[in-house]
Amino acid sequence: MQRRHFLTITGASALISAVPAWALTEASAKKLVDALVGDVNKVIASGKSQNAMFSDFARIFARYSDTSYISAYAMGADGRTASKAQKRAFSEAFQGYIARKYGRRFREFIGGRLEVKSVRKVKNWYEVDTTAFLQGEAPFTVTFHVSNRTGRDLFFNMFIEGINLLLTERAEVGALIDQNGGNIDAMIRDLKASG
Amino acid sequence: MLVFARLHRAAALVLVVSLLGACAGSNGTAITPEGINDPNEAGNRRTHEFNRSLDRALIRPAGVGYTNFVPDALEDGITNFALNLEEPKNAVNSLLQGDLRGMGLSLVSFVTNTTLGIGGLFNPTRELGIPENDTDFGETLYVWGVGEGNYVELPFLGPSTTRATFGLFVDLFTNPLNTVFDDRSRAFYLTPAGLASGLSARGRFTDTIDSILYESADSYAQARLIYLQNRRFRLGDTESSADIDPFELDTEGF
Repeated sequence: MQRRHFLTITGASALISAVPAWALTEASAKKLVDALVGDVNKVIASGKSQNAMFSDFARIFARYSDTSYISAYAMGADGRTASKAQKRAFSEAFQGYIARKYGRRFREFIGGRLEVKSVRKVKNWYEVDTTAFLQGEAPFTVTFHVSNRTGRDLFFNMFIEGINLLLTERAEVGALIDQNGGNIDAMIRDLKASG
Repeated sequence: MLVFARLHRAAALVLVVSLLGACAGSNGTAITPEGINDPNEAGNRRTHEFNRSLDRALIRPAGVGYTNFVPDALEDGITNFALNLEEPKNAVNSLLQGDLRGMGLSLVSFVTNTTLGIGGLFNPTRELGIPENDTDFGETLYVWGVGEGNYVELPFLGPSTTRATFGLFVDLFTNPLNTVFDDRSRAFYLTPAGLASGLSARGRFTDTIDSILYESADSYAQARLIYLQNRRFRLGDTESSADIDPFELDTEGF
């Protein structure tokens, strides 16, 4: 009896965890990036001030990306020793930093657009390639990695011409931690002021 | 112009010697988890500081000024002109790599942009959607199986690798156009156009470049990581890039 009960529970939980895995398809990964690209293009075309664009970008980032994963990755090994409160504070500070840093790049995107090119399955996530067309520049590739780790389709990494957001930002956060002699609270304070 | 020619030769000699030194010094030490091979980090960091002060004092203000004051059409024209003159070098390197399609693209671009594009001031092939073929002797060496070597930060030119630096100098001295233009037209048109397109890039991407050079906690490490990822991506060298599995990380609390 107990054994059957156990089997039912594990069977049910396997089913629950399997559902999102089926839900992520080539089509749904493409849909996410299409929607993301649509929103980014709208912001670029809006002609708003830099600050307005940057808050739009913060919203887009919060809506379409796996912010907890990106934050955890960026904190790296230091995340293991961080307290719950520090993790939460870091995640919040880091999202603001990313929005400011990447939001300011919109100046370079004015007059440009992104187009979704192709989707490819890689292990348990999807790689969506887009091409950025900027005025007076050769087109270049921006790639998104999409997973449904959280139960929702979200992008957890972005590559601009091969430059990996997760690796680059983990190096930056690591350098900030070193600069502060390993003090995580001081690093979070610095992060709030930068980007 | 003789002075210039001599300077070039002296610079090349210094470089070859320092490259040999760099090769001799690399015994596979100091490879980080990101696949960075930088045994001469201390020297590279000194060069980085030099480049940063040069950028702050001269290159950044000149680049931003150039982009702001020169009309966009003229700025694009000068950049197109400089890029078009790279096409013969691209064609030769594609041929050396056995990439006949790339060679064809570069030749078609060169002929089209030189004629329809009025000496290369316009870029009609981009408007026609013809893919751009940008390569160099460093890539040829990669295709031939030569290893990347060490990370190097070059004075004035910035991030590079042993292989890319060697390629840069081979390209400089074997450019097919060297035989077409004399020293005089090189000094008056080609070199200034190349410098201007460099300034234009500095001016246009000022936010991105500033964020790396002046706003990051360790600008040397950021520039190194960004350069190596981008260079390997452009070469199609995906072996050195590690996959990041989104399911293999504890995100509890974030």
